[in-house]
Amino acid sequence: MNTVGTETSGTDTATSGASGNEALARLRRAASHRLFWPAVILVGLMLVNLPSTPDYFSIGVRHGHLYGSLINILIFTAPQILVGVGLTLVIATSGIDLSVGAVVAIAGTAACWWVVHASDQNAATTALAAAGIGLAAGLACGAWNGFFVARMGVQPIVATLTLMVAGRGVAQLIGNGQIITVNSSSYALIGGWWGPLPSGILIAAAVVVLTILLTRRTALGMLIEAVGGNAEAARLAGVRATRIKMTAYIFCGFCAAAAGLLLTSNTSSADANNSGLWYELYGILAVVLGGTSLAGGRFHIGGTVLGALVIGTLNNTLFALGVPSQSNLVFEGGVVIVVCLLGSPKFRTKVLNLRPGRRLPVPAAPTTEA
Amino acid sequence: MIARRDLFRTSAGVLAAGALVPALDACSKSSPKASSPGSSGSGGGKAIKLGFSQVGSESGWRTANTTSVKDAAAKAGITLNFSDAQQKQENQIAAIRNFIAQKVDVISFSPVVTSGWDAVLNEAKSAKIPVILTDRQVDGDPSLYVCLVGSDFEAEGERAAHLMEKVLTGMTGPINMAQLEGTSGSAPATQRAAGFKKVMAASDPSWKIVISQDGNFTRDGGKQVMAAFLQSHPEINALFAHNDDMAIGAIQSIVAAGKKPGTDIKIVSIDGVHDGFVAMSQGQINAIAECNPLLGPQLMDTVKAVLAGQTVEKWIKTKESDFTADQAAAALPQRQY
Repeated sequence: MNTVGTETSGTDTATSGASGNEALARLRRAASHRLFWPAVILVGLMLVNLPSTPDYFSIGVRHGHLYGSLINILIFTAPQILVGVGLTLVIATSGIDLSVGAVVAIAGTAACWWVVHASDQNAATTALAAAGIGLAAGLACGAWNGFFVARMGVQPIVATLTLMVAGRGVAQLIGNGQIITVNSSSYALIGGWWGPLPSGILIAAAVVVLTILLTRRTALGMLIEAVGGNAEAARLAGVRATRIKMTAYIFCGFCAAAAGLLLTSNTSSADANNSGLWYELYGILAVVLGGTSLAGGRFHIGGTVLGALVIGTLNNTLFALGVPSQSNLVFEGGVVIVVCLLGSPKFRTKVLNLRPGRRLPVPAAPTTEA
Repeated sequence: MIARRDLFRTSAGVLAAGALVPALDACSKSSPKASSPGSSGSGGGKAIKLGFSQVGSESGWRTANTTSVKDAAAKAGITLNFSDAQQKQENQIAAIRNFIAQKVDVISFSPVVTSGWDAVLNEAKSAKIPVILTDRQVDGDPSLYVCLVGSDFEAEGERAAHLMEKVLTGMTGPINMAQLEGTSGSAPATQRAAGFKKVMAASDPSWKIVISQDGNFTRDGGKQVMAAFLQSHPEINALFAHNDDMAIGAIQSIVAAGKKPGTDIKIVSIDGVHDGFVAMSQGQINAIAECNPLLGPQLMDTVKAVLAGQTVEKWIKTKESDFTADQAAAALPQRQY
């Protein structure tokens, strides 16, 4: 998480001619950092908005709530960040979870179903019970995936694909094919406002920080990477690979469920058919943009957050600029390709002639986050 | 439900059935219950068998559409073989092949996508089973289907534009409109946009559509896109949403931006779902151009007419109305979807 700031450290010192060479070397080193280019793209996307939105970076208060472009982006990206964090750990175990979008729908729909069937929609207990039901559904889905992958040895892509397809059907069954609209002031708090602060952002931030602490301040992160690098070797070394994998899938289900609660609370409705649609793909994209290898064995939660923010900012920019809607996907694809290319050391040395300073041509990516 | 009086009929060709039941002309216009099932012989002289493949159950609109088809079939004494495609074309093609194998009298479906139907429709044609589209058009050879029973999306866009004109009457100063489009590339999105644009072009020249983007027909989409619109175009004072759900999402963003939906920003949308009417009765949506899903009775009438050998119009348009905020409270209790 401390890595995003490094991009500017090089330019800060480039004031005196004597230290110019050193500054350039530092810039080159920064440029070879895995998060440098996603961060540059993120800043670039934000700057693109300035001509049409002069107060893009300003944050004000409307109706007692924080208001501003950046706040909007964070609110709408929060569910995606949650899903991304869960996916990061699963992918680190060299797995994949395609069912996250469906789990988002199941948890959100189940929670809203509970709210509309409660005797008092506005009661705090109603919202708490609904959140509990949603999260429990997410944990159950995660355990289901984990059971097939970790215990039965089914390939992750196959095991989770079944839940991806069936899960959305389950959500539709819960919602009876209809959009469930809730009128609950307490349920609206989950993804709404706590005083002036948007609760979705706070919840996502809390999950991110706790996950980083849990994985990087304990041995858990290392164990996950060991399992992802070589499950058999890890097992022989005494790591309980099955249990670690199981935990990762359950955690991923939990994160997806939390995202479902945020989404449905934010719009005060559950749309089983559309909520969380394509989240698995955008989640994987965020993970990859953040520098986590799909092969497993290495993960960067801070990178995933940055990746999700790049996607969220890109979408917001496309909407705000009002580009023809048919070209949205082309822009999205274009930005992803640029980030991936810039992130590739080979491409940088060959095309941009940006040699990675005094380091080896292929920089050894740091194994730890903080 | 099966009409026993038809049991004596052993076999007759699909088209010959019309000649046997001369009274059908009148029946197809009268109430469905009164008309006798003008059955073909392929079912062994039983009630009409209709194979219907639905898109899925993706919205309240669609659910109402399904219910209407089922109810109308039961009322008309037509045996309905219903299949849900869950928004996948391959499911729909499989369902149509099933219908052909089961030798139903008529096949009807709401195409998930517009293209790629020629092969399976040719199979239906070889089996001499007439095909009636509902709700959505298909690209390709129009001789492969008898007709379409469904909404005219372009006309809906035009009606929405006229409603917008009505809502904006008396407003002074420039009008800066935003448009929330439906899913990019879908027929309702393109045609509603076209219809709206056509009418607006001939309208007051100081009225402009300043920004337009894809809100994916969902509440979340409408909310996100509208939030971004209001960042870059705080001058927006009118909104046209391609469906109610996007308008409902946009309303939340308008409130978050400290503005009053329906007052600071006039809103017109299309569909007329229940929640849209609730928002309209609260004054948050100013007007709604209805897109009627209750086409079951019209479909059953058409099925009978086709089996009776009558020529039907290639496009049988659904009956739809316009609503403004002052009618919302009165109309709300009658909304079935």
